[in-house]
Amino acid sequence: MSELTTKTIAELRDGIGAGDFSAREVAEAYNAAVVAGRSLNAYTVETPELALAAAEAADKARAAGELKPLSGVPLGIKDLFATEGVDSTSGSNILKGFKPTYESTVSGKLKAAGAGMLGKLNMDEFAMGSSNETSAYGPVISPWKRNDGGNAALTPGGSSGGSAAAVSAGLAAGVTGTDTGGSIRQPAAFTGICGIKPTYGRCSRWGIVAFASSLDQAGPMAKTVRDCAILLEAMTGFDPKDATSLDLPVPNWEAGLSSDLKGKKVGIPIEYRIDGVPSEIDALWDKGVEWLRDAGAEPVKISLPYTKYALPTYYIIAPAEASSNLARYDGVRYGLREAPEGGNLDAMYAATRAAGFGAEVRRRIMIGTYVLSAGFYDAYFTKAQKVRTLIKRDFRDAFAECDFILTPTAPSAAFGLQEKMSDPLAMYLNDVFAVPASLAGLPAMSVPGGLDGQGLPLGLHLIGKELDEQGVLNAALAIEERAGFTARPQRWW
Amino acid sequence: MSVNADQVRHVAKLARIAMSDAEVEKMVPEFNNILKWVEQLGEVDTDGVEPLTAVIDNELRLRDDVVNDGDCRDDVLKNAPEAQHGFFAVPKVIE
Repeated sequence: MSELTTKTIAELRDGIGAGDFSAREVAEAYNAAVVAGRSLNAYTVETPELALAAAEAADKARAAGELKPLSGVPLGIKDLFATEGVDSTSGSNILKGFKPTYESTVSGKLKAAGAGMLGKLNMDEFAMGSSNETSAYGPVISPWKRNDGGNAALTPGGSSGGSAAAVSAGLAAGVTGTDTGGSIRQPAAFTGICGIKPTYGRCSRWGIVAFASSLDQAGPMAKTVRDCAILLEAMTGFDPKDATSLDLPVPNWEAGLSSDLKGKKVGIPIEYRIDGVPSEIDALWDKGVEWLRDAGAEPVKISLPYTKYALPTYYIIAPAEASSNLARYDGVRYGLREAPEGGNLDAMYAATRAAGFGAEVRRRIMIGTYVLSAGFYDAYFTKAQKVRTLIKRDFRDAFAECDFILTPTAPSAAFGLQEKMSDPLAMYLNDVFAVPASLAGLPAMSVPGGLDGQGLPLGLHLIGKELDEQGVLNAALAIEERAGFTARPQRWW
Repeated sequence: MSVNADQVRHVAKLARIAMSDAEVEKMVPEFNNILKWVEQLGEVDTDGVEPLTAVIDNELRLRDDVVNDGDCRDDVLKNAPEAQHGFFAVPKVIE
């Protein structure tokens, strides 16, 4: 494996700028790594020609002294971003063969900043899953293995499983993910990388296949906190095409990075110590508190009393919004069509949707349809939106006493494929620490903290105030500097 | 609340998803497990609490009332499973 694929985005940018290596060499190294990594099933489409074209443009830009922020940086794009002329299927059979005639705002911004696209990344179907096992392309295999001598295939997490595996295995310098209830942060934790979900509204949702519109937010995943800051700057910004886009200037997050936390208070929510979580997770959490104290922050106990209701709230709101958003897949305008011989239009809709959606997506559409149906709407949906108000209030009250919050990212390390697929509720519990921040629209990030006894990565989770991505990034940087996490998966693929 | 097979069939019809009897039978307990779990929200006193409508305060913008899109029929039809004469084609709706 070329050492170019072990470099951070900052190192690639600076190295290309200094002429230490060419963007073409970087793109070729990554294109080769993508081919060599096919057994991980991280990519659904490979676009080496696009990576090379961007590299050539970058090398020319360097010669002309016109380098852009991401010139020559090869990225992977999660399959639910619409990419012009390249299959964009959201991991679903129902969008098979869909080639958008337009580019999503976020991927377009990355390309405009000079980045090249290596391909599209595998994911849970419509981002509904926490293990990447609901993908129509089959599961992504984590590059990590347990150190028990066994050879069990592990999940990279989900829904941004292909994204996480690609960064962790050196198949992309950085990637886009999306996070509806933990889909950036949990896979980042499972694979020993960084990932940030910004404040709701920072990244335009235009051109991103919708799952739950009041929760969906794009964000970057990469090896380091600095790389996340670099990518996030390129991805965010006001977009008139998204009604919920925030009309605010984009902060210089990279320039603002500082791990000096003097005068800051870190909130430790008592409700996040829950039964059944391995002691290693709690131990790492305690270590995280010490690292932040060492960086100058003062730990304070806080209470988020409605935490335990966040997951059930999420599993009403997200399916409700999904059932509405996914009504568009009807076999008429794009994607799959199943038309039974002699059947009418309704029969075509029903057959198309039965054939095109996988089991988990069907289950969530059904739940969502039920909780929105006449007679049940108030009991379920309105009730959940009221509890969501209380959850948001919890955070508002907590942030009167602290500047950011530290928790574990996930209640376990990566688990084996097939271990949780038969029990939807057990799978949903993966996002117990991630979902509250999603419901409140807050910026949140996972940063690697260490390895568990089986040699698998564990992540620490930082939640910030509205619009305070800088605070989240800085606290994550303080942890990154002290955790000294350098472990990488041993190459077996 | 819990659902039976007929109610699951009704929801499937509302959601326009064809389901065999076997699939309906399989979904009934799954459905009820999830409903039972989300119904713990019933414990929460939400009297006087407004349902959340916007997660981050944001002004609802109005754009100028001008045509800013169009002339892209072929792009719109490009991914259609079946397009004829510049339209999406579907099974006959009116006899």
